[in-house]
Amino acid sequence: MAIPQNSVGIVETKYYTFAEPPHEMELECGRKLGPITLAYETYGELNPSKDNAVLIAHALSGDAHVAGYHSPDDEKPGWWDIMVGPGKAFDTEKYFVICSNVIGGCKGSTGPSSINPNTGRPYGLQFPVVTIRDMVNAQKALIDHLGIERLLCVAGGSMGGMQVLQWTVSYPHAVRLAIPIATTARLSAQAIAFDEVGRQAIMSDPDWMSGDYYGKTIPHRGLAIARMIGHITYLSDKSMHQKFARRLQEKEEYGYDFVTDFQVESYLRYKGDSFVKRFDANSYLYITKAMDYFDLAQGYGSLKQAFAGVKAKFLVISFSSDWLFPSYQSKEIVTALRQNDIDAIYTEIQTDYGHDAFLLESEQLTNLISNFLEHGRNRT
Amino acid sequence: MSGIEETKIESNGTLIRLAPEHKIIIDLIEEGTRVMDLGCGEGDLLRALKDLKKVRAEGIELSEECIQACVAKGLFNVHHGDLDEGLADYADKSVDYVILTNTIQVLHRPLFLIKEMARVGKKCIISLPNFGFWQLRCQLFFQGRMPKSPRLPYEWYDTPNIHLATIRDFREFCRTADLRILREIDLRTTGEGKCRIVRFFPNLLADAAIFVVQENE
Repeated sequence: MAIPQNSVGIVETKYYTFAEPPHEMELECGRKLGPITLAYETYGELNPSKDNAVLIAHALSGDAHVAGYHSPDDEKPGWWDIMVGPGKAFDTEKYFVICSNVIGGCKGSTGPSSINPNTGRPYGLQFPVVTIRDMVNAQKALIDHLGIERLLCVAGGSMGGMQVLQWTVSYPHAVRLAIPIATTARLSAQAIAFDEVGRQAIMSDPDWMSGDYYGKTIPHRGLAIARMIGHITYLSDKSMHQKFARRLQEKEEYGYDFVTDFQVESYLRYKGDSFVKRFDANSYLYITKAMDYFDLAQGYGSLKQAFAGVKAKFLVISFSSDWLFPSYQSKEIVTALRQNDIDAIYTEIQTDYGHDAFLLESEQLTNLISNFLEHGRNRT
Repeated sequence: MSGIEETKIESNGTLIRLAPEHKIIIDLIEEGTRVMDLGCGEGDLLRALKDLKKVRAEGIELSEECIQACVAKGLFNVHHGDLDEGLADYADKSVDYVILTNTIQVLHRPLFLIKEMARVGKKCIISLPNFGFWQLRCQLFFQGRMPKSPRLPYEWYDTPNIHLATIRDFREFCRTADLRILREIDLRTTGEGKCRIVRFFPNLLADAAIFVVQENE
């Protein structure tokens, strides 16, 4: 296929390995991890003063491949190609954009499917439980490696937004602008509940084998079901109605059996099956657990106190129909920022697309981000 | 009597329109203070206050489009929110000036918000259209119709203005809310984007007013 004009074009995933023993990275759980490899991609050019770097943090099932194509034959560009590229919200003519796969992931960064140097076999459940803060600490090592002292901006949606918040708290002097989108400062009981159902689906699949399935049959059913559940939470009642209503899949009448009747069933099955091809079940367990543990206020007493030393200016965005990370959770963030006298723009974008809205083309999102970056860059 | 005209100033590459009321309000505010504009619209007043008075500017606005316009103007402190929900997130006397221009008439609970403003702000600046203006009275008296004017252009059945008041009403309202009126500036529109200050019989001759009020100690 022809690569569009406003694309970053053909890109390549790069790798950075650090925390080689005996200098392993200390994790929040108390265990150590090393060596750690991070898969990352960069777009645009780092300017000589190194002050135009934007770090994008991905969500649960994302990866380092934000924009562009790995080969001219790729059917789809990176996961946020609509926002990253020449003339787009994160304009690669102006900004040096970086994204890395999180630790615990399965897209090139060290995770449960990586080889455990102590055993020569994949980690599986031997992999330590990582947190959002650990993910951010690993990203900091990459940023240091790239010679960047201070990021112009850290941006991301959903779990990416959690990393954004964690960055501003963990490394207040290293972040000038923060764009947390469709996210929360602590995962709600409802969201934890959905994560747990997903994990139980995986762990009750006989092929899961306590996480030791590498080189054998993968827990296909469990992971597909986990993804189906997740997908429901990313949509909204209205968007599902618009997309599927009660339409039947390739039939005129009910089948009176348990084969697919409705389009929505077929869609979810397709989403589940295609996810299994690109994602590791153990990574799903680890990453959802990292989200569940996320509570920015923990250890500070309150969210207000957590933000106390934060230096960044914020653009906080939520979506009206997002019921997984509802707007009130973004407002809590903004309230705590305001209590600390930290500049924050808050807006709720009207949309029917639910939590997934942050991944979709949106003129509002593009304008907000590009203006925020432009004005923020010229200040401070 | 001195006339005040709308001006346009350039800020950060964008053109800002300052209505006469905005200019009066800007003159009321000291440099370097902390200002919150409720219903800040596209952020023109806040932008001008930042440029001209170096204030720390904060805005609350209900419209998503307006928030976008504020961000485009380089305002870093605007929140999408509904004024009818109050200002619960704000600490007492945490702001020097809380401004509410030409908005009180659309609120569901004006008394609630004005008390909130006076709690949060050391001073409050409120502007409102005067329903007691003689031309409006005449429309009701002679034509027997609900009054309309350039300031109040809506049909009775399709108006956001659900709580219209006269200047005298507003003074009484301030007493009810236990507020002290520090200043009252009465205005008469004399043309598009132009007005002058009214000194006599304001409730009859002015079509708008600006009040500076404060919580009684």
